[in-house]
This record gives sequence, C-alpha cells and structure tokens, in this order.
Amino acid sequence: MYRYDDFDHRFIDERVAQYRDQVRRRLAGQLTEDEFRPLRLMNGLYLQLHAYMLRIAIPYGMLDSTKLRKLAHIMRKYDRGYGHFTTRTNLQLHWIKLEETPDILAELASVEMHAIQTSGNSFRNTTTDPFAGVAADELEDPRPYAEIIRQWATLHPEFSFLPRKFKIAICASKEDRAAVKMHDLGLYLHKNEAGELGFEVVVGGGLGRTPYLAQSVKKFVPRRDVLSYIEACLRVYNRYGRRDNLWKARIKILVNSLGPAKYAEEVEQEWLASDREAIAIPESYIAEIAAAFAPPDYDRSPVDEAALERAMAANPAFARWVRNNVHPHKVAGHAVVTISLKEVGKTGGDITAEQMEVVADLADELSFGEARVAYEQNLVLPYVRRDKLFTLWQRLDAAKLGTSNKDLVTDIICCPGLDYCGLATARSIPVAQRIAKHMAAKEDAIGTFNIKMSGCINACGHHHLGHIGLLGVEKNGEEVYQITLGGDAGHNSAIGTIVGPAVKSDDVPAAIDTLIGIYMKLRQDGERFPETYRRVGQAPFKEALYAPR
Amino acid sequence: MLLAEDGTLGVDDWHHLGDDDPVPASGLVTVSFARWQLDEGTLRVRADKLGLRLPNTIEPKDIASDLDRFALIILNFPKFTDGRAYSQARLLRTRFHYKGELRADGNVLRDQLLFMRRCGFNSFVVGERAIKENWAKAFSEFDVFYQQPTDGQGPWVMRQRLSPRNP
Repeated sequence: MYRYDDFDHRFIDERVAQYRDQVRRRLAGQLTEDEFRPLRLMNGLYLQLHAYMLRIAIPYGMLDSTKLRKLAHIMRKYDRGYGHFTTRTNLQLHWIKLEETPDILAELASVEMHAIQTSGNSFRNTTTDPFAGVAADELEDPRPYAEIIRQWATLHPEFSFLPRKFKIAICASKEDRAAVKMHDLGLYLHKNEAGELGFEVVVGGGLGRTPYLAQSVKKFVPRRDVLSYIEACLRVYNRYGRRDNLWKARIKILVNSLGPAKYAEEVEQEWLASDREAIAIPESYIAEIAAAFAPPDYDRSPVDEAALERAMAANPAFARWVRNNVHPHKVAGHAVVTISLKEVGKTGGDITAEQMEVVADLADELSFGEARVAYEQNLVLPYVRRDKLFTLWQRLDAAKLGTSNKDLVTDIICCPGLDYCGLATARSIPVAQRIAKHMAAKEDAIGTFNIKMSGCINACGHHHLGHIGLLGVEKNGEEVYQITLGGDAGHNSAIGTIVGPAVKSDDVPAAIDTLIGIYMKLRQDGERFPETYRRVGQAPFKEALYAPR
Repeated sequence: MLLAEDGTLGVDDWHHLGDDDPVPASGLVTVSFARWQLDEGTLRVRADKLGLRLPNTIEPKDIASDLDRFALIILNFPKFTDGRAYSQARLLRTRFHYKGELRADGNVLRDQLLFMRRCGFNSFVVGERAIKENWAKAFSEFDVFYQQPTDGQGPWVMRQRLSPRNP
C-alpha cells in the first residue's frame, strides 16, 4: 500500500488548513452560499435533502485496517454510525454538519486520506481492478499508475475547472473488472510488439442521459508518456468541450460530435506540440511507487485442502459462500474474498461502524491488513489463506457480512436515490430491497445476474450496464421505473436497450421475475443474460413483460 | 483594482481601448483581439507598449508570432467555472514563452488565485473585497504542488522526490 512521505503529509495538511479557513469564512458570512459551493464541492461536500453529505476519497479502492478503523470512528463520531460505498469506490456519509467538516478532514489526513475532488468539474477518483496485484490474469499491477495519476491530478491548476467531471479507470488484466469503457478516459495496460509496456487509451465513455462507451483513440502510449497524453486529451476537452449545456458538457459528447477519429487527431496534434519530456514519468519513479505495492510475505506452507472440503461438505452455507464469494489467487494456497455488502433487505453498499471494525480486524489477522472497495459496492480481502476461509466466513457471518451473493441477482448496484440525494427523481434503495427479497430464493438457480438501478438520469447506479437496468423517474407525481435489457460491463461492455413503457414501483419485483423467467427458459449452455438477449432479441422479453395479466 | 502576484494592490495604469475608439498617439493601451486583427499595421508602429485582450475562445497559437509586440495579455474568465483561460495561460508561458504581464480578468475569485498563478498569471483584476479580506494570503496557502511548475523554475515533484526517498 502506498504510504505518504513528508511531501504528501505537508500537502494534505495545507489542504486541511485551506479548507478550514474556507469554512471559517463561510460561517463568518464572508462567503455567500453561491461562492462557497464550488469550494465545498472541491472537497466532496454536497448539500442534500436532509443534511450535508461528505464523500471521502478512497483512491483506487485501497484501504488498510488503520484507515478502516478511522472511518468507523468518523462514522460514529460525526455521522449516524454508518456509511455508504459508491460505484466510484468512495465512501459517503449522509448526516454531516458543515462546521465539523474541517475536523473530519483533519482526522482523515492523520491516516493519509482526504476528500479532494470527490465532486466538482475536475478529475475524480481513479479506479482500477479490486483484484490488482493478486489476479492470475494480470500483466502487471495497475495501482502504481493509479497512484501516479492520483498525485498528478490532485488540485491540478489547469484542469480544476473543466466543462464537467472527469473519471479515469485502469485495467491491466485480461478480464476488465473496472468497467473501464464507461469512463471519460480509460487505460488498458498491454505490451506492444517490441515488448514494451504501455497503454491503449480509450476516451468518451459515460452513462447519464446520453450513454456512450469509450472509444479507442490511441493503441499504444509508452507508460512514461501517459501523463503527457492524458494532458493532451484534457487540453482538447478544456478548449472545445461544451459549456453552454450541462447535459452536453461531458467529454463523451465532444468525442462523439467530432467523431473519435477527429478527436484523436486533435489530441495527437496537441500531444506532438507539447513538451512531452517535461512530464515524462521517470522510470525510477514508477519503480519506486511500484515498490509500495510489492506483494506481501506470503505464508507458502501447504494448505490442507481436504480439511476445507470437509468443512464445505459439513456446512452447505459455507460451501455456497466459497462458491460465490471466493476467487482464485495467483499464489497457491490463497484466495481473494469478496465481502458482500448486499445483505438481502438491507441498503446495498451500506456498512456500519461495527462492521467496518470487524473488517479491519479480519484484514489484520487474515489479509496482511489490507482491504479494497470494488465498484460493485462490495469489499475485497486480497490475501486470505484457503485454510482460513472457514474461520473468516464464520466471523463475517456473525457480523452479517457473510452474504453469499457476489454477482448474483441480489448483488444489486444501487445509488442512494430519493431517500438521500437532491438530484434523484425516484427512490432506489427500497425498490432494490424488494427485488432482492422477491428473487433471493431463486438466486442460485439463476446464476450470474447483474441488476443495476439508478434513481435519476445521472446513472450513478450504472443502470445502462445492468443485465437488467432500472431507472427511476417521476411521472405525473408517481415514481415509475424504466427497464433496460442487455447491458454489460467489462470488455464486452454494452448499453442496455429500453424494453417499453416504465412499470409502477409495486410491479417492479414481479416484472424482474418475469424477465428472468424467460431468460432461464431460453438460455443455452452457460449463457449469461446479455448473451441470451443478443441471441434471441427483445421480443420474447417484451411480450412476457407486457402480456395482460 | 489590481492584485500583483507578490500580493500588493495597485491601480491599473493601462487604457483599455474600445473597438471604435481612435488610437491615441502615445500611452499604454490594450486592444481587443478583433481590433488587433483589424488595425495591426497602425498599432505596430506606435512607440508605446501595447496590450491585448484575448477572448478564451482564441488559441494562443493564433497570436504566437505577435507575442513580442505585447507587454500585457489579458485573459478572461466570463464565469469562474469556465476554465479555458487556464490552458491559454499555460500554453502562452510554456509553449510560446511569453514573458510579459499575464492578467486574469472577469470572475476572478479569491480561491482561484493560486490556480491562476500556477498557470502563469501574474496580475489579477479584483474588487474592493480583496483589500478587506486580505486576498494576498491565497498565494501562500500551499508551498508544495504535485504538478510541474509552469515557469520551468524548480524541479517537478516526481523527479524531486526521488532523492530523499531513494538516495
């Protein structure tokens, strides 16, 4: 895990002091709310329906037990004892008092954390693979690049007032576990023909009102040049991105109105004209940052697999958890574990302070002190020995963290919606809860299934990429839900298509049940929903959904 | 009122010429980009210094060959959220090596001054509040930065930090 040096500490302390003074000026009446808004937004502080919401940055989803315990403390002392993980792998606290925010930031700074640029029209948190460093299909650990980008993008003087927010994701493995193509800018690490490491750069993805998948603009950028290339992408966006219409201001609109080829040409010209050497990343710096992510000192003694088999045979609930939430690890005898935050009937992505402390203890005892946040709003323990899985599951289960539903139909991605958010047009949490309750009994039979739900067009719940997506909208004073089918994240990313008229809130669980019933009838050997949907088309689903009952 | 990068407040001694105003024979004047294009010949032969008011839609490369003629370039922030002039400023300083005064005008807010200076601005059109609230302090809120300096002075953190960490 990356550790702050004196430089980082000094920077973060200066940032806290700067923000403390801004809040002081606001409370003293020197700043109007209009003037203060952009300042608090540079720090992830939103004014929502009931209170201030603070979004704490978790750079590329990396946490350790010290950070987890501090977050638990903050949740207890300054909020209502719980928090909510977002699809940007950040943590939101929804019941915050403005006058306490400088102290919260000071507490965060003491454990090398902050809330910088978790909102505002600038770089947002860079995300990557929650299995980084432990995945067998990985070319190289993507986290050093994510950290270098974090540093360079922090309070960037040229790019802090872009037309709109800007999100970057990095993938360095065969499978894309970071949904890279839905980002403003995505980086795929690969080797060119000469065997050198570099990135394919994709630009212009984004969901919201006008969803687009990012398109390739450059097949290979040497890794030393990645910052200058990103800078060129941003400078073209800063110059030409639309500022007259909030809904058309994201880079996806620019890329798709110019056309990806023309945009790429503009970037290339800008890049070639720029002083690339000025921000070429020194090889030694990459190596030094990479050293911070060196693998832990694994216990390589043999694992008693027979004992694990016996525990699974004796305990079907444990066996089910192993099947669903335990993933292969590149080091023999180890596993990567998903801690589901999707207990059926609870708010997806929420965690209590007590649960967070349990995760911190388990990380210390069983995972070299480390945990990660996945964009699916779950947590990951990256270094668990297989002979500790049973102990781990028992303790997770006791803390209501043992839910066995990773990638199943109850593992729903869901934004906070109208229960908290000032932008929302409909509730999402209670609807997701009803869907989960309705479908839970069938989830093993259904298998992999991703439902994603947003409470407004901004699509924080990634509904366009759900196998089934739900968008809550308000129509004549009623909350109704528009259904999209066939979305997918990762390398096979696809944007779902709207199936027909929106359904009433009460009817959503039955509608999902009907659609999944058709899928189960029509699927062929091992097909996931998007494959079946592509093969058979929309008609059978539409017919069943809108059949008179 | 003008704030300089050293934090001192002063008055603007330039005359900002309207597009239809006659060009005075002497004195410090600024002209719009449109006026410059129209009257370049007349303006070039004046002995006194000339300033240019550049809208944020014009690319610095379009005036690159004329830069030595200008002692002042004024860039505009129509709204503080419109950040195009930050890129213009950085390009003027780093790519086209403009050495004269670079002034920020428009919706210039106290908490943006440091970003502006970091992009190469060295004077700022500010209102009366700047005196009362000591805006000069904004320049010293940070003394460490993650990005390379615009003026080329001093090392970039990604090189500088190597030495103490990894001697």
